[in-house]
Amino acid sequence: MDKTPGTHPVKPWTFDDYTNSYIRRAAATGIYDIRGGGAKRRVPHFDDLLFLGASMSRYPLEGYREKCETKVALGTRFAKNPIMLDIPITIAGMSFGALSGQAKEALGRGANAAGTSTTTGDGGMTVEERSHSNKLVYQYLPSRYGMNPDDLRKADAIEIVVGQGAKPGGGGMLLGQKISDRVAEMRTLPKGIDQRSACRHPDWTGPDDLEIKILELREITGWRVPIYVKIGGARPYFDTTLAIKAGADVVVLDGMQGGTAATQDVFIEHVGQPTLACIRPAVQALQDLDVHREVQLVLSGGIRTGADVAKALALGADAVSIGTAALIALGDNDPALEEEYQKLGTTAGAYDDWHEGLDPAGITTQDPQLAARLDPLAAGRRLANYLKVMTLEAQTIARACGKNHVLNLEPEDLCALTIEASAMAGVPLAGTNWIPGQTPGAGNND
Amino acid sequence: METYDLTAMELRAVNEALQTKGDGSNQSYEVINPRGSHAIAVGLNAPIEVTVKGSTGYYCAGMNQQATVNVTGSAGPGVAENMMSGKVVINGDASQYAGATAHGGLLVIKGNASSRCGISMKGVDIVVHGNIGHMSAFMAQSGNLVVLGNAGDALGDSLYEAHIFVRGEVKSLGADCIQKEMRPEHVETLKELLKQAEADAEPNEFRRYGSARQLYNFDIDNAGDY
Repeated sequence: MDKTPGTHPVKPWTFDDYTNSYIRRAAATGIYDIRGGGAKRRVPHFDDLLFLGASMSRYPLEGYREKCETKVALGTRFAKNPIMLDIPITIAGMSFGALSGQAKEALGRGANAAGTSTTTGDGGMTVEERSHSNKLVYQYLPSRYGMNPDDLRKADAIEIVVGQGAKPGGGGMLLGQKISDRVAEMRTLPKGIDQRSACRHPDWTGPDDLEIKILELREITGWRVPIYVKIGGARPYFDTTLAIKAGADVVVLDGMQGGTAATQDVFIEHVGQPTLACIRPAVQALQDLDVHREVQLVLSGGIRTGADVAKALALGADAVSIGTAALIALGDNDPALEEEYQKLGTTAGAYDDWHEGLDPAGITTQDPQLAARLDPLAAGRRLANYLKVMTLEAQTIARACGKNHVLNLEPEDLCALTIEASAMAGVPLAGTNWIPGQTPGAGNND
Repeated sequence: METYDLTAMELRAVNEALQTKGDGSNQSYEVINPRGSHAIAVGLNAPIEVTVKGSTGYYCAGMNQQATVNVTGSAGPGVAENMMSGKVVINGDASQYAGATAHGGLLVIKGNASSRCGISMKGVDIVVHGNIGHMSAFMAQSGNLVVLGNAGDALGDSLYEAHIFVRGEVKSLGADCIQKEMRPEHVETLKELLKQAEADAEPNEFRRYGSARQLYNFDIDNAGDY
């Protein structure tokens, strides 16, 4: 028998198994894939940066002995009552509707224990989240679902959402299966229909209008609370510049790894810039307008560890915000639920059909039985622990760099492992003094 | 009647004075020399009556609760945006987004209203004595929009459960907006709104428009309608 040796079968790189499954799914359904979460593709990130630490020319601080402060004030530019946080990590906006009431309560409890703020989402403010969050940021979104002046006045800060990292330029969609009676009532829409959230605000367009909108919100709230402006990672230099010009107290900048409750996969993976690529242009805008640290910058999108926190602060942020990581701390995508994830055709760590309302962890659901699985006290405790660990880690790094406040970290404390990260972060490639693309007077990549 | 002069007082002082009127004050106030200022009489929350003598800029009477606000001139963009209750009357014309996202109360525009009148309205009643511009009642969720004159392009695009009544011509209807039967309950609603708005018209002169409810749940076969 002829045994002519053959080569191994080769699957094309361009048409890999995932791509082929995508094509088959599209061909079978005629509709694009909708999912939750942020970009899953590998992009340059904080893992590509390292701290240099202290040595001969830098003096470290003693761990557990010498103080390294973590308190942060947000909204010091115009607001009478800035938000004072014990830690530089906040909880990002996530709606009741996208999340269960128990999950919102757990976020509030965890944030309280750690001394930080939580944020509402599309759909308005629930009584529960106000009562469980000592510091609550009220999102002012294009849909204005549930928006009312009474809740506005109860907020500790207002966040005008222009965009988010998962879908800069896109609106939202809460599918009918998650529209319970209460969610429908809060949003003034019939139960069971797909609730579209607009991509643009209904009563202003552009930064000149935004300046007047901010004036209105300040007049209604007596100039007491900070006004944040949240932008997706589209054109961070110009968007930050315009937000500052419009009068923002705080700019919240969300890179493409930032999550969403539900949108098209093609939007999540192909629109917007990585978080790492966004931060330096935004800081440059703050510095060019001489308001760095006067207008605070909150960075979000893929923050996971204390090292990520420290790197974001070193690059110029005043605080970070977490969403996906907070959900994981509550219990999202827990391998202990693997059997149930398998039944849903997925696996722990990959579950992202948050819009379907079938979350076995009881977090991204409105099903009362599933939601009851989440114990808000225990989940809140886990979140508080996680926030504390991240803070301790950031302090550890700051002390190693000789800093007595985490905000004293600076780009000079960093180097990059890859040319891409070096160019994006504006710090030298490790072992060199080379920053690709940087020439005097031109440092941003907006 | 107390009078606040915007040439002599800062906007903040005027709004603070109006916002601190408590329940039961039931008084009338006058704001003079508005000179197109933005955010006049916003965030009011008491059954007071405020007359703005002149024309206003953006967001006059924004988020109003309980108060009655009369503007003797015209109003800029976003008048009575997100109003919860009370009454706002514009004697002249209104610019874009009049009554945007408003949840309740009555907005009366005695002149014309520009584009996107009643955009995303969530329960407010709006009566326009004149014409309205394009994309009015876009994604309107609840409430009534009454137009004595004509309506521009794409009226009621992506409409939810709001009702639209037009006496004049409609240039075009937006996606999922259709003409509907005027039933007795609609005639009664319209009659009452016309009375409250001091509008000289009869309900039987109007046509009613509402949602066909075909786009409520995504269907790939409707993709061309979006």
